[in-house]
Amino acid sequence: MIPLDTLPPFFADKQEVVAEILSRYPDYGRRSAVMPLLWEVQRAERHISDARIAEIADIVGMRATEVKGVMSFYSTYHDNPIGKFHLQVCATISCSLAGSDSMYDWLVNELGIVNGETDRDGYFSLQKVECVGSCTTGPVLQVNDTYYELVSRSRLEELIRALRTGVMPEPWPARSGDKAGLSEEPAA
Amino acid sequence: MNATDTQTSDRIVSRKDPRYEVVLYKHVGVDGAWTLDYYRRHGGYEAARKALLEMTPDGVVDEMKASGLRGRGGAGFPTGVKWSFMPKNTGKQHFIVCNADESEPGSCKDRYLLEDDPHQLIEGMLIGGYAIGATIGVLYIRGEYYLALKRLENAIREAREHGILGKGVMGSDFDFDIILHRGAGAYICGEETALMNSFEGRRANPRLKPPFPAGAGVYGLPTTINNVTTLASAVHIIARGADWYNTYGTDDSRGIHHVELSGPFNRRGVFEVPMGITYREVIYDLGQGPSEPAKAFIPGGTSCPPFPFTDEFLDTPMEYSSVAKKGSMLGTGGIILIPQSKCIVDTMYNITRFYAHESCGKCTPCREGVATWMPRIFQKLLAGIGTPDDVALLEDLAGGLRGTAFCPLADSCIVPVLTSLKYWRDEYDYLAHHGRPMYPTQDRWQA
Repeated sequence: MIPLDTLPPFFADKQEVVAEILSRYPDYGRRSAVMPLLWEVQRAERHISDARIAEIADIVGMRATEVKGVMSFYSTYHDNPIGKFHLQVCATISCSLAGSDSMYDWLVNELGIVNGETDRDGYFSLQKVECVGSCTTGPVLQVNDTYYELVSRSRLEELIRALRTGVMPEPWPARSGDKAGLSEEPAA
Repeated sequence: MNATDTQTSDRIVSRKDPRYEVVLYKHVGVDGAWTLDYYRRHGGYEAARKALLEMTPDGVVDEMKASGLRGRGGAGFPTGVKWSFMPKNTGKQHFIVCNADESEPGSCKDRYLLEDDPHQLIEGMLIGGYAIGATIGVLYIRGEYYLALKRLENAIREAREHGILGKGVMGSDFDFDIILHRGAGAYICGEETALMNSFEGRRANPRLKPPFPAGAGVYGLPTTINNVTTLASAVHIIARGADWYNTYGTDDSRGIHHVELSGPFNRRGVFEVPMGITYREVIYDLGQGPSEPAKAFIPGGTSCPPFPFTDEFLDTPMEYSSVAKKGSMLGTGGIILIPQSKCIVDTMYNITRFYAHESCGKCTPCREGVATWMPRIFQKLLAGIGTPDDVALLEDLAGGLRGTAFCPLADSCIVPVLTSLKYWRDEYDYLAHHGRPMYPTQDRWQA
């Protein structure tokens, strides 16, 4: 592990990214950039360390504790590294009624990790999350930023097999209701 | 009630009405509907052009008032009235904020609009921004909606390249652009003042009201905040007129809403419906009925107290006043069916756990009551070591907490729990007396 004080700065060679993010907001709203900057770090490093918090604080002109306060408020910024594939199981009522409790138990058995843990290789991590807005197509498993909906046991087995080979499959189609085009096809 | 019943006869209150057509969801589910080219080929941005070039901002607000549209984010505040609260000639920057932080359990109607028809929302924000004198729109989208985020980024880029966003929108003298801001997973950001704090880079605690957003919103500047579906509705109201919009719904609740059917339905899904449609039609025609005997349904997302699955409630029309009279809310239209075989205590624990997780911790009743003690009592009962005193304690605690919290989050948990105690007390008592639920846990996962 690299000691904190020798960790190369994250944003030093990303001044264009920083400038683009800051340019989205009015001058008086500079601190609005804190969430997008946190996202940049989270995506690249799979967690947000105190060193990065300090960097972001410098950029937006906040104290590090304030940035930490913002970061810790949200479910999708992480203190500790999540895996290459971060598996998020929606546990809220609609998905629960579609079997997400059993789906979670299956993942615990299969991967040997529980809610909030990352495996030894940093490959899989597991998180129980609250409603992600896939209520009519539950149970849903969100892998990194991708939704896999209508996840049956056999589909999940297949998905985990694919992820183990490093492949993220295209999500299968999962829509019903008016969005499935039950209404008349719009005239071209 | 009677007056409403008699005056709805000429209005569309059923999907079976031959005049009924799908409006907001017309292009949802169509491959490529998210491109500017597709949107323009289907009449896109004509409503904004009409508003900007042919109408005054006050004219737009008046049309919205006449439409009777009420906010589709759940609270149901009249949109036109909200827009009219914005101060005039302040010389300050005004903001229109789109609340795309859809996170009420049971709700996903906004997600499909965001993913498949992002230009419809941009057009709605343009119209709203013009009406309230806002040249900046803030689109706050929940962090999990990544596909929607990418589609919106692309749509905003397309709109800028074609003069739909930027200086002098579509040849008018109105400037408008949109800041797309990604959340990071917090239900409370759906509360308007919490959303504004989050956008400003602060912890998303709700703010004291007043001041209301129209006076001091984003960065302390005049702000109006609307839900995705509300803004998308504005496009059609401006394009086709308030009178057309008024052909849908009832006197009390006009226009178009959506239902999201989850739980053991024969057909789950998101459907567009006219206001005033009955829950029976929604559940039996659109949802094709329960796939197993049903005990209850939640009418509009988990913050709306559950209804027993009986004729009285099934025949209730989807309108604000009728649902309120029965003790619940129209909400977001997220209808969750609870089967007879699902323990109601377990169901309410799941919902309580959600609000406990999402409590921001700012105020004591919510932090200590909803986020700490209520889930603990549920856990004790469900572990089989509860007593009848615990049921009484839960009822006492919830009753005492009601109406005491800083923002509506706590009551969103408390009132449904109290309602469940009213209708299904027998299940709580059974669990407390026997140490096991009346309806044991089942494996509901499809092989």
